[in-house]
Amino acid sequence: MIDALYIAADSPLHRLPAGLKLAAIPVLAALLFALPGWPVAAVGLAIVLALLPVSGVPPRRAAKQLRPAIAVIAVLFLVQLWFTDVAAAAGAALRFLALILAATLLTMTTRATALIEALEALFRRLAWTGLSPERLSLAIALTLRFIPVLGQVVEEVREAQAARGRDRSIVALAVPVLVRLLKTADEVAEAIDARS
Amino acid sequence: MIELRNVTLHRGERRVLDGLSLSLAEPRIGILGANGSGKSSFARLLNGLLLPTSGHVTVDGIDTRDDVKAARRRVGFLFQNPDNQIVHPTVAEDIAFGLKPRRLPKPAVAAAVSAILARVGLAGSEERLIHELSGGERQLVALAGVLVMEPAHLVLDEPTTLLDLRNRRRIAAAVADFPGQVILVTHDLDLVESFDRVIVFEAGHVVVDDRSGPAVHAYRALCR
Repeated sequence: MIDALYIAADSPLHRLPAGLKLAAIPVLAALLFALPGWPVAAVGLAIVLALLPVSGVPPRRAAKQLRPAIAVIAVLFLVQLWFTDVAAAAGAALRFLALILAATLLTMTTRATALIEALEALFRRLAWTGLSPERLSLAIALTLRFIPVLGQVVEEVREAQAARGRDRSIVALAVPVLVRLLKTADEVAEAIDARS
Repeated sequence: MIELRNVTLHRGERRVLDGLSLSLAEPRIGILGANGSGKSSFARLLNGLLLPTSGHVTVDGIDTRDDVKAARRRVGFLFQNPDNQIVHPTVAEDIAFGLKPRRLPKPAVAAAVSAILARVGLAGSEERLIHELSGGERQLVALAGVLVMEPAHLVLDEPTTLLDLRNRRRIAAAVADFPGQVILVTHDLDLVESFDRVIVFEAGHVVVDDRSGPAVHAYRALCR
């Protein structure tokens, strides 16, 4: 699914190393939270927005990805407005908008493969803590690999239940999905054994 | 050669295989049998995915109980459903998965991946996403991931059950080209037509063990 977000293009943002882009997100977050106030958040958002034309990502695609987040940010704004004032609420909303847009730009300009490699490099540096870099990167690869499979399983079960007239029952959906996922997990573990 | 000596296998309370002794030496061996006859468990014994409850399984002299990793390196295993076998989101990454412990330089891995993709008829598919491939292409990718390890034996557990006729033929062609031994568990009688030996399982026992023609004939008679 993360690769379904990726937009193939040859922009300067696409060419930047994945590790650098990945590191930029927490740096941006730290800066935005360390320097409070809506003007700083607005500048942050302006900088991220300025990257949009450089990224080769069609603004409409970026807007589509942001749509679900807008509702959450609107709620955040209203809650902040209730407890604080307009300036603080605007600051919080702009800060989150900047961060979510930055993360969207990361996934739209970076292949999953490159992200995994960057994370693997990070995990290797953490090997002294006893974490196994191979295991961690396999876990991430498996997650990325099975997100579309999960979507497909849910769709198949939903269809089968709808055909039986039970398209509104959560239990009728959840039970077969869970059973299939547990069985799949067993079979994947067996296959990993066979392949390693 | 893979050998089984007095192999009994229990799964939970159930006795799945009972006192089995076989020498598997022929280059092409087919395994037939009804659902639940024990043939998939039999296949899993051959590369140590299952260990016998009693008795011994040896792969080219290596007992699966003594050194399961060495036995597995010699026996490639293809499952029925490629979705459960493929662990990475892109084709090249997945095929390279088994090669990782060998710590080969990147260009050598890329060359091996490209060569194996050409061999299964998917040349140039390195960067394709698994979830965008058809079922047949996924099974070919899973097979490529097994072949790239250069096993001496190839065990396939109903590899064509989920595929259409064209993709069944693509798998059959890729398997036919395999230079080592092939042990194929299947319900598809056409696939074992030209095989050297066909073994039929029923309720955990071998009931037919013969050349392909007579064995398939006997299996058809059993299913009547």
